[in-house]
Amino acid sequence: MNQRQDFISIQNVSKHFGAVRAVDALTCRIAQGEFFSLLGPSGCGKTTLLRMLAGFESPTAGELFIDGQPMSAVPPHQRPTNMVFQNYAIFPHLDVRDNIAYGLRRRRLSRRETDAEVEKMLELIKLPGYGARRADQLSGGQRQRVALARALVRQPKVLLLDEPLGALDKKLREEMQIELRQLQRAVGITFVFVTHDQEEALTMSDRILVMSKGRALQVDNSTLLYESPNCREVADFIGTMNFFDSTVASVNGEQIELDAGPAGRLKVGSGGRTLAPGMSVTLAIRPEKLQIVRQKPGEGANFIQGTIGAEAYLGDRSHYYVEVPGLPRRIAVALQNAARSLDNSASTGQSVWLTWEPGAAVLLTE
Amino acid sequence: MGRGRFNLLFYYGIAYLVFLYAPVLLLPMFSFNDSIYVAFPFKGFTFKWYEQMAASAGLTSAFWNSVKVGAGVAVVSTIFGLLGAKAVTRYRLPWSGPVTGMIMLPLVIPGIVIGVALLSIIRKVFDLELSLLTISAGHVLLCTPFAMMVLMSRLEGFDKSLEEASLDLGENGWRTFWRVTFPLTLPGIVASLLLCFTTSFDEFILAFFLAGNEVTLPIYIWGQLRFPNRLPATLALGSCILLGSFVIVTFSEWLRRRGAKSALPAGL
Repeated sequence: MNQRQDFISIQNVSKHFGAVRAVDALTCRIAQGEFFSLLGPSGCGKTTLLRMLAGFESPTAGELFIDGQPMSAVPPHQRPTNMVFQNYAIFPHLDVRDNIAYGLRRRRLSRRETDAEVEKMLELIKLPGYGARRADQLSGGQRQRVALARALVRQPKVLLLDEPLGALDKKLREEMQIELRQLQRAVGITFVFVTHDQEEALTMSDRILVMSKGRALQVDNSTLLYESPNCREVADFIGTMNFFDSTVASVNGEQIELDAGPAGRLKVGSGGRTLAPGMSVTLAIRPEKLQIVRQKPGEGANFIQGTIGAEAYLGDRSHYYVEVPGLPRRIAVALQNAARSLDNSASTGQSVWLTWEPGAAVLLTE
Repeated sequence: MGRGRFNLLFYYGIAYLVFLYAPVLLLPMFSFNDSIYVAFPFKGFTFKWYEQMAASAGLTSAFWNSVKVGAGVAVVSTIFGLLGAKAVTRYRLPWSGPVTGMIMLPLVIPGIVIGVALLSIIRKVFDLELSLLTISAGHVLLCTPFAMMVLMSRLEGFDKSLEEASLDLGENGWRTFWRVTFPLTLPGIVASLLLCFTTSFDEFILAFFLAGNEVTLPIYIWGQLRFPNRLPATLALGSCILLGSFVIVTFSEWLRRRGAKSALPAGL
């Protein structure tokens, strides 16, 4: 399929509410057929950006293009987008059938054609026979599906989803994540999905835009966002991360040696970046990339010595918090409990070494 | 202890209700009394005051005048109220606080002040003839705040995203109004119509200042009180109005509550 990489193009878009910059000069491109997530803490501007795509807010500056068309002069009811609202916005005075058929009115279909479309949608969302139900006779998950069907029946070029799974309980949410992803693949429509739940974004998306304070921090796929965040904010927001404030001690080609203060001297690859001794950088390591060893590792390996300050047993894995004198925060370590063992080998108060593979750490220069 | 407190409140409540409604109940009682004078003891039971009331041409025309004015005022005030309520609840309006305050002002200005003010404007500034239209204009001023309050609470009660969903599904603002806003606001609109109608129907002071040759019912009744022998027929009329108002107000309140329930976001 010839998929356009700039199916949606957000060019230098800002939205100010008085003095508040909800979205601040944001530029981003979304490809056709992509499952694209806007991720960030509440108040980061992701919903405002989505509402600008839907046409409910107009940009203070910049321009949005969908399928090559500038959108600023197009009112919401003429845009090739449809939205699934956070609270679903199911019309309470209509039954499920009329809710789904609501957006078909302008297509001037016969009653039979409308019924066929509605039936097809009820099949798709796995609620056949629910046409005569009223909104208050539906569960949260069912309402979410009806909202989805109501939007998809119009065959939009872009489906906008505003935290559609936020109101569901955990189990149902996980089911719907998978279903929504399958549905998106089946219909091939571009999805723009707003969420503040990083796990949800990682599970579902082709690519994710991480936002903070109205700005775009990083756009990448799940793996790259997790394994190679481009700044401390992204690293901190996605998953758990241990940070070591450091200064570059010496540069030897690709090999960088860092002075991480209390954590000692640490070695890391430059990743192609030009660094000079004296620069302050941050070394970031995920908890699950760390290993706990009882003996001091051999020369050449990275290691930090500390004592286990606290531990938490989570069943499939255990978390340890290792204290290093002089470090402001304890170092989080996550170990898979791969072997079934009733005996917990590492325990509080024990003196241990933390070590990691050479490529496991991320060097952040911002 | 709690029981004693309850009893005290209970008797207070009874006394309160008696004080409020006993005088009103005297009205229907004496309307069936076979005597011109409103005084105990009762002379006998009769329907003749009701017959006299129905036979009076002046009364009948005043009644229909009031119905006409009330109906027109109800419709116009409700439209104004709906527009105002929508503006205040749906848009980021500069000065929405002061503007709402201005619209609500007739509720707290004494009727006699408004009456005199309107009379002098209509006669001295615009030089219009006093008629049922001038009464209606005065009543619209008075009823619009009521309508707006009823409809504001209704519009605030339903989720703004329902209207956005309709826009999103391809309907423009006008069709969104008729397919979503109107059906969901309908109980409020009906309540507003009824409330405005009864307010206008009862209203005396403004109508007194603004009436021309044609009078409304309250003014007609006021005129009749000069003639002692017509008083019992007026009591009969008062009883009928009491019953009618009671039915309308009860119905509109019932509608409002039913509406308030159905406007809640379903479930969640």
